[in-house]
Amino acid sequence: MERPLLDIIGLKTWFDTDEGVVRAVDGVSLSINRGETLAVVGESGSGKTVTARSILKLIDTPPGRYAAGQILWQGRDLVPLGPRDIDRVRAREIGMVFQEPMTSLNPVYTVGAQITEALRAHESLSRKAANDAAIEMLRLVQIPTPERRVNDYPHQFSGGMRQRVMIAMALVCKPKLLIADEPTTALDVTIQAQILELLADMKDRFGMAIMLITHAMGVVAENAQRVAVMYAGVVVEEADVDELFANPRHPYTQGLIRSIPRVDTKAIGRTRLEQIPGSVPNLLELPPGCRFSNRCRMATADCHASEPALRLVAPDHKAACIYA
Amino acid sequence: MLDPVPPLLSVRGLKKHYAIRGGILSRVVDKVHAVDGVSFDIAPGETLGLVGESGCGKSTTGRAIMRLIEPTEGTIQFEGRDVTRLQGEELRALRRRMQIIFQDPFASLNPRHSVRGIIGEALVIHGLAKNRRDLTEQVVRLLELVGLRPDHMTRFAHEFSGGQRQRIGIARALAVQPRLIVCDEPVSALDVSIQAQVINLLEDLQEQFGLAYLFIAHDLSVVEHISNRVGVMYLGRVVEIATARDLYANPLHPYTEALLSAVPIPDPTAKRSRVALKGDVPNPINPPSGCHFHTRCPIAVARCAIEVPALITGANSHAVACHLRHETI
Repeated sequence: MERPLLDIIGLKTWFDTDEGVVRAVDGVSLSINRGETLAVVGESGSGKTVTARSILKLIDTPPGRYAAGQILWQGRDLVPLGPRDIDRVRAREIGMVFQEPMTSLNPVYTVGAQITEALRAHESLSRKAANDAAIEMLRLVQIPTPERRVNDYPHQFSGGMRQRVMIAMALVCKPKLLIADEPTTALDVTIQAQILELLADMKDRFGMAIMLITHAMGVVAENAQRVAVMYAGVVVEEADVDELFANPRHPYTQGLIRSIPRVDTKAIGRTRLEQIPGSVPNLLELPPGCRFSNRCRMATADCHASEPALRLVAPDHKAACIYA
Repeated sequence: MLDPVPPLLSVRGLKKHYAIRGGILSRVVDKVHAVDGVSFDIAPGETLGLVGESGCGKSTTGRAIMRLIEPTEGTIQFEGRDVTRLQGEELRALRRRMQIIFQDPFASLNPRHSVRGIIGEALVIHGLAKNRRDLTEQVVRLLELVGLRPDHMTRFAHEFSGGQRQRIGIARALAVQPRLIVCDEPVSALDVSIQAQVINLLEDLQEQFGLAYLFIAHDLSVVEHISNRVGVMYLGRVVEIATARDLYANPLHPYTEALLSAVPIPDPTAKRSRVALKGDVPNPINPPSGCHFHTRCPIAVARCAIEVPALITGANSHAVACHLRHETI
């Protein structure tokens, strides 16, 4: 089998705080193949964003630290890389799009300058060539009249248009992997549909892989090939998207899928939503054994005894539950 | 269709305009038509959902009804009386019957008051507690009602999770025994697994107390789930109102169609045909002429740019404001 593009093995990203060590990512293994979209889904505190930021070493150390594990990018471990080497990977091989397009763009530079920053940093590019490249990228992400917009500043763009600029920035060096961290969460639903369509289109055009971080199961179902569900710092289930929605094996995944109202199934009269009891866990006060055990309707004494490993429960389907 | 029960709330031609001032004399140079002629009814015990994208005026509508902002024009009849001109004691009495729950459970609870103080304040203001013991008893009862423990009473807002804070907000609203609660994006700030808890709680309380809700949210799946009827807003106007089932099964307005088709469905096998909308929502300072939606509408004709379509009600109380769809109702 072909080597995965990105192979995360046993990653632990911990944060030292006054209250104790927050194990935000606590032994995550994930891989992404060439040209594949992997959705990483979870609620706040699940560790999905920290996992994504760990890949590009965007974690502030301290308070954060890479406590264990490897991040193999095309076979090469990124964890020990110094700032200069990781810069090269960030600019040319892995692109990233963040949730908040306003705070991730620099307000005092034109979008044209920001789009081509990565290009100019690594090759000598004439002003004209850089400008042309920026216009080309803006056209690619379907911003109207790119020749005029290239000299505009971020505040002159709407939220959806800013996210298009972010995508243009991330794609200018034609990366092999795009990490998209909640790219549509701050956007209205019709704009969300436009941006997700654009990402799918860009993926086909460049043949890149996408790691899509989201909390929305609907976005997962419509955009991913494979899904990893995270809870309290670990992956609790991983499967193909069709398999995951048809046969969720972990009680947390089952609860998540059943607790969301669906626009296409308004039943006669009212149906009650299934609810997961309790609150999203505090990472400093996790229950012993399985991290989900204190909210799980199936939990037994065995669940508190030891932490269940992520194991194969069906072909290409892993779950971390002793009853899965 | 004649409704035998008079509506609890009846909104007619509600408008809220904000003046934009400019120049050295701060003259009014323009107006934002945040709410631009909205009409609807809510029956006792009913949930009306209001859905739309940012800037459509749904939250402004909710706040204008509560008189948290003053409407520019229009009438708001609550329990049979026009409340747009109420002042002083009468306005206070109205607020006992009408309450609001906000989106942000972090910003809407006073951080310096204990939970007892937050919930009890309304009881004190409206003179609903006989003495301190009665007040405590009522707060305990309210906490239990929303799934919190009596010992939570002495704690402060920051000690609670987002879902628990929203429960405190609900308990505060319930304290004065309202008949209508305006729920302004009550679950949008909550985690997915917590949203269902709050939605179920709101449904239980509605059943128990016969509450009516005006449920404002941008998430169409949530609105459809909880509402009996749903109104769709676009740039300050209601473009369609129908029962929740009818709206999904048979959307009439092209904007509703596009909105529904853009909502991701958590089922990879669901067959979707997406009505893609071009561009962004236009600026509400200078909204497009005629039908506000005509600049993005896939089926617009010349007339749509000139004439404002009326909201016309057809069979099953399904109302739509679209020239091209009026003959179909």
